[in-house]
This record gives sequence, C-alpha cells and structure tokens, in this order.
Amino acid sequence: MTESLRIGVFICHCGTNIGGVVDVPVVAEYASTLKNVVHAECNLYTCSSDGLECIKSAIQEYELNRVVVASCTPRTHEPLFRATCEGAGLNSYLFEFVNIRDQCSWVHMHEPELATEKAKDLVRMGVAKAALLEPLEELSSDVIPSAVVIGAGISGMTAALSIAKNGFYVHLIEKEREMGGLLSRLYKLYPTEELVDDFLEQRIKTVGGHERVELHLSTSIKNITGYVGQFKVILDENGAEKSIDCGVIIVATGAKELEPEGLYEYDGKRVITQLQLEEKLRRDALNVDGIKNVVMIQCAGARGEVVRYCSKICCMNAIKNAKLIKEANPDINVFIAHNELQAYGEEYELYYRAAKKAGVRFLRFPREKRPKVRTSDGKLIVDVFHDRMQMNIPLDADLVVLSVPLVQNPDAESLSKLLKVPLGQDRFFFEAHVKLRPVDFATDGIFLCGTAQGPKDIEESISQGYAAASRATIPLAKGYVRSAAITSSVDEAKCVGCGICESVCPYGAIAVVETEEGRRARVTGVKCKGCGTCGSSCIKKAIEMHHFTDEQLIAQERAAFVIEAVVSG
Amino acid sequence: MKEEEVNLIGFLCNWCSYAGADLAGVSRFQYPSNIRIIRVMCSGRVDPELILDTFLHGADGVFIGGCHFGDCHYLEGNFYAEKKIEMAKRLLKVAGVDSERLRLEWVSASEGERFAAVIRAFTEEIKEMGQIKYDKERMEAVLMAAADYRLRILATKERELLEVGNKYGEVFTQHEMDRLLDDLVQEEYEANRILLKLKKPMAVKEIASELNLKPNVVLQRILGLKRHELIEIHEIRDNTPVYIARELSEGGLTE
Repeated sequence: MTESLRIGVFICHCGTNIGGVVDVPVVAEYASTLKNVVHAECNLYTCSSDGLECIKSAIQEYELNRVVVASCTPRTHEPLFRATCEGAGLNSYLFEFVNIRDQCSWVHMHEPELATEKAKDLVRMGVAKAALLEPLEELSSDVIPSAVVIGAGISGMTAALSIAKNGFYVHLIEKEREMGGLLSRLYKLYPTEELVDDFLEQRIKTVGGHERVELHLSTSIKNITGYVGQFKVILDENGAEKSIDCGVIIVATGAKELEPEGLYEYDGKRVITQLQLEEKLRRDALNVDGIKNVVMIQCAGARGEVVRYCSKICCMNAIKNAKLIKEANPDINVFIAHNELQAYGEEYELYYRAAKKAGVRFLRFPREKRPKVRTSDGKLIVDVFHDRMQMNIPLDADLVVLSVPLVQNPDAESLSKLLKVPLGQDRFFFEAHVKLRPVDFATDGIFLCGTAQGPKDIEESISQGYAAASRATIPLAKGYVRSAAITSSVDEAKCVGCGICESVCPYGAIAVVETEEGRRARVTGVKCKGCGTCGSSCIKKAIEMHHFTDEQLIAQERAAFVIEAVVSG
Repeated sequence: MKEEEVNLIGFLCNWCSYAGADLAGVSRFQYPSNIRIIRVMCSGRVDPELILDTFLHGADGVFIGGCHFGDCHYLEGNFYAEKKIEMAKRLLKVAGVDSERLRLEWVSASEGERFAAVIRAFTEEIKEMGQIKYDKERMEAVLMAAADYRLRILATKERELLEVGNKYGEVFTQHEMDRLLDDLVQEEYEANRILLKLKKPMAVKEIASELNLKPNVVLQRILGLKRHELIEIHEIRDNTPVYIARELSEGGLTE
C-alpha cells in the first residue's frame, strides 16, 4: 500500500448504555495508542447529527483513510456510518464497526472492569481489521422494466394490476384455465356478505383487459434463471415453450384446502369441507337436500392433528357460512364445535355476535378431546365433549362440515427450488423477515404475497398483493439495482477450474467458464450475496471474499491476543 | 488478561447468531466476558485453517455460531460449516488438543436467551479445561495440513459423498468416511511435521527417531513431499540422503 494508514476511532457512550458500564474515555485513550491510529475520541452519541459531524470533520482534519466506530451493532447502524464516510469522501467500505454495546456493555453490566478490558480488545481487533480494509465499489446493473406474477388468485391479480397501473408490463401466469384461484370457489365473503361472483368477475375483467397485463393461462413454469433486474422465465404454455425476460418476480401461488381423508368419517357427501359447503350454498343445495341439522367442526386437521399451525381463516369462515344457512332458513339447526374461537378485531367481533343472534350455537371442546363422528342406524351423530359442562353431547347431524386448514400446494416445492427461495417449517414460502420484510424473499428481486406465504383471508391477501407490488415496483421504477460490494472474486492465476465453488454456491453466482488460459471460475457480482462459502471451500484458496478476507479475519482474530504487535511506539 | 482467565473467540454468522447475540444484549441476558466476537456473513465462511490459526495464536476455546438447519440465510452454508468444523476437530485431535475446545452451535436471531446460556456453558467448560497447552510444532503441522487440497475437497464434499455418492454413484457410509478422513488427516499431519523438521537438513532415520515414527512411514512421506517439490536433497552424508525443505510459503497461512 502506498499511502500510509490513518485510522480514526470513535467510541460511543450511547448515553449510559455503554458509558454506564464501560469506561469510554479509557478505551478512547487506549485506542489512540494503537498502531496506525491518528485520532481517537469519544462521543455521547456517535450516531447523533453532532456525532456524525465529528466523524466528518475528523476525516478532513486528520486526513483519515479508515474509520472505526465502536458503538452498538452493525445490523442497525452500519448503513448510517457508511453513508457518513461516503459523505466525507471516504469509500464506505473503509469503515469498520465494533460492537461494544449489544455484545459488551449490555451483557457484562455487573463487571465494568472486565467490560472495559473487553471493549479495548474489541477496538484493537477492529483497528487491526480496518488496517486491511480495501475500498470497494457497489455494482450497478440494469433492470428489465417488466414483472412476472406467478398465480392469478386474488393476491396475484391485485399485485399484477397494481404494477400495471404503475406503468410496467406484467406477465400473469396461472396454471389453471381461469383466473380467480381459491376465491372462485367461495360463495359470499365475510363480513360484508357480498357475492364472490360479482366481486371476482369485475376483478378478472379489469386485470384481463388491462393493456399492460399479459395473461398466460394453463401455464406452468419450467425454469427460472438470472437475478434481480435480469430474470429469464421459461414457460410451458399449453404445451408450447415460451421464454420471458423480466426484472422482478412475485410468487402468489396460493394454497389449497387440506383433504381430510380418514378424518371425522369424511366422505365428501355427508361429511364435507367448508369449501364444498360453499359450493352447495351457491346452488342453494341445502334446502333441496332437506337438511335439518348442520354441525361444523373447527380445527379439523389443524393445530396438532395433521398440521401444527392455526389456519387463521376457518373461524370467521365457519361463522359466516353458519350465519348464512341460519338466515336463509331459520329452521335449520347450526352448531359450531370449536376449541378456541377467534373473531378478532372490531368488525369480526360484531359479526360473531350477529351470528349468535341469528341462532348459531357454539360449543367449546377441549383440544385434547376433539369431536367424534359416528353413524347410528344410518344417521350421523357428532359427539362433542362440552368443555364447560364436562360431558359428552351427541348431536344429530344431516351434514357435518369440517373446517380444514389451508395447506401448501404440492408444486411449491419445485418452484422454491427453481427460484432458490426457502419454504418454512410448515412448507409455506418463507419471507426474509416476518416483521421488517414481510413480502420480500431474502433473494433480491423476488417477492411474495397471499396464501402462498401462509393462511390469510381475502382482505389480507389483497393488502399483501398491493404490498408486494409496491416493493417490486422499486427496482422497476429506478431502472437499475445496486448490489452490495461484499462479493467474492477469483484470482484466475491460482484457479484450476475444479468447480467446487460452483457446486457450493446457492445463487449460481460463481461458475466455471472456458477462458484462453483454460477452465477458470468467474463470479457474477450482482448475483453474489457474499456468504463466502466458495472461499472457504476453494482448494487453491484462489477466491477472495471481499470485506471478510482471510487476511482481515486472521488479523482481527490474532489481534485479540497479540497485544504488542498492534500498539504503536 | 488475568493469569487464570481463558480467551474465547466466537465467529458468528451475521444473520442468525450475531443477531442472537445482539438480542441477548437487548434483553440484558448476562454471560461471562471472556468471549471476543468476530462477525462473518455465514458460518460456511469459517474454514479449518482460520480456526486452527486462532488456537495457535492464543484462543483457549473457539465458538462458531450459525443458523439452524433450514434457516440459513444462504440456504445451505451451515451444512458446509458443520463438515468444516468436524474437519477442524479431527485436526485438533491429531495435534493433541481436546476437540471439545471447538464448539459449533446453531443459534437463531430470536434465541437471545439461548445464546447467553450457550456461551455461559461453553465458557464454564473451557474454564474447567484451563488454558490451552499444545506443542507448537504439532499445531503448526495441522494448520498446514488444513491447507491441503485433499482435505479441503473432502471437507466440502463430505456431505455429498454421504448423501448422493461420488461420480460412480457409490454412497459412502459414515464409518468409511471417518476412516478415510482420519487416515488422510494423519498422513497430512505426518508429512507436515516432517516438513517443519526439515527446516534444518536431516536424514530419514533422524526424523523417524525425533518424531517417533517408523522409518518406512517417514520415507513414504518424504517421497510424497519430494514429488510435490516441497523438499530437496541437501547432501549425501555417509551414503544416506539428507533432506531439506524448500521455501515454506505456498498457500500456508502461517507466514
């Protein structure tokens, strides 16, 4: 390195969060004695505008070419400090973060002296790494201004329409012959009780008629390659292969009803599911059948029976169907046997009360004593163990309706492999973060919405459709994406083209190609997420994982012990 | 550091364990202050050489934290981490170091309490073992062995060989794999011990008696080292070739 190292260290009190335990001035004093450190100071809050100003002016005044901040955690504050360095003309990757709050002062609150010693060590380690940091450039690549939405259920249609209205072209892909998804099998919606057909017909017309929506019905996905901004999706459309280029992908493949084979004497005729009931209601088949007693069983197959989760929509759905039956014909007795009824929120609570008023009877059973369905003299009887009365109540039933949970579609597995995005424990698509990034996948440029991510009702599916569309529109509107500079690179002089790196890369970011020198691995920077597994696997150690290089990590680790080597003078 | 204190280094993956450690802080779950944490993007980034280098330079215990299986931010990095850490443990054993000093745990971002508990328990165990004691040359030899391309391939491919099989569809049993790896590790270790001894010129018999190895084993390793051009004949003394190491640089982390 030609220029001499000039490191500035900023130690944050974080009010009393760090300063109350760690002796911050002592750590700053110590930092100033370290090799290559030309400036060290403490700040009350380094992340405040005053603190950031201190960093900026110190970069100018002391001609700093490396900045170390010892404060909270890089997981929340690294972007801020990086931007500050950038603002002062320093490449943002010449910044190193030292965590002395979450991983020091907060976890050693009763040992201030040891915490101070640890803070010194951590700062020394950070400085050692900082000395080896290299400036890195973020990569930029173009975004094809169109989207692919997989699944034309209510959330997929919503997302597609929203993106199209924002001015971008959308390919809407549906495996069935028609749009609508699960919704098209419903009769009326809670809590408004509007007819699904009216609601859906209008949606389908708008989506199908939009000039920027291209429909692909009876279509399945054969392959997906590429990365954010540059995806290539190969379709099988009615047997014909078709290739589509797009910038972003939204997964809206929905869910299906659990088939309750072998549960509660299910036969699809007298013991049916809620969806089958909706179809009957649609045809007004209850009156024709002369049915007098309807018993609904909640959590059938859910919450530990077949699947472990709560399907979220079945309580309200059962209440709605029960209410509709009762209101259409008050002579029909309708019972809902449940374990824990959830009618959350203002509207749903009122709706539940209205159902009660209409004469729907609710019986609560303990979860470990679920109802049993049996036949006596050709008549169906449901034995419900009443939780309050602690006794069994046999209910005559002409029709038993099982509220079964939504489960993942079987083809989700292959789609998750094609997209290289994960499924969670319950096989639903797994978002990047349940609270902070609820409609993103961890992979850039791929988003999700609707019941593909887990059971949810129409309102939530629509909201998520909008959310996913809005997230997906960001790269489309910008026209380019910048990817983090923490990527790997190959030293082609060392590489022997064995391909072990290619085999471990989960993103297809590194691949062996033919070069004039022979077979060599090459990295597609935009695809690389920076895990570094290729580097630790490379048999020739030809791969450098930028920002976490062997040299940097070794320097950091050794500095924990080799105290003299990094102290100046 | 106080006389009796132990030094621990933790390599934590950015997405799960590092976040779990942060959560332990946010929730104020206390644990001993011996550990110094280094952030990496993925536990799969940590290779045996880095771990052994950490031990060689003063760690009494090394902790690796990754995401639970199925939770890895990079899908499968932690599966590779597991095999790499197993390889590091094999190498530690050969160097005569208790492999329990190296610990791999899966800690999620939501397991702050568990993170603190795991670190408490691990620190206690290391304290009971006391400060690390090892023969420097043996440790250096395993560190060099860790850089061997065959060991690096197997550490990465072990999972595939156990689950999918090799090019010919032969699936290895864990027992076969263990035997193969143990043999290879031993072989590489011996070769590197010899290489380190050959900083000064020595004959096969001398090496054999110093390292307490059979002369025929030493000769075998010597031939291997010579084939890889790592050593050369220094002189012929009393009709016996005396060998010396060529430059010790290629690939090693040591210098």
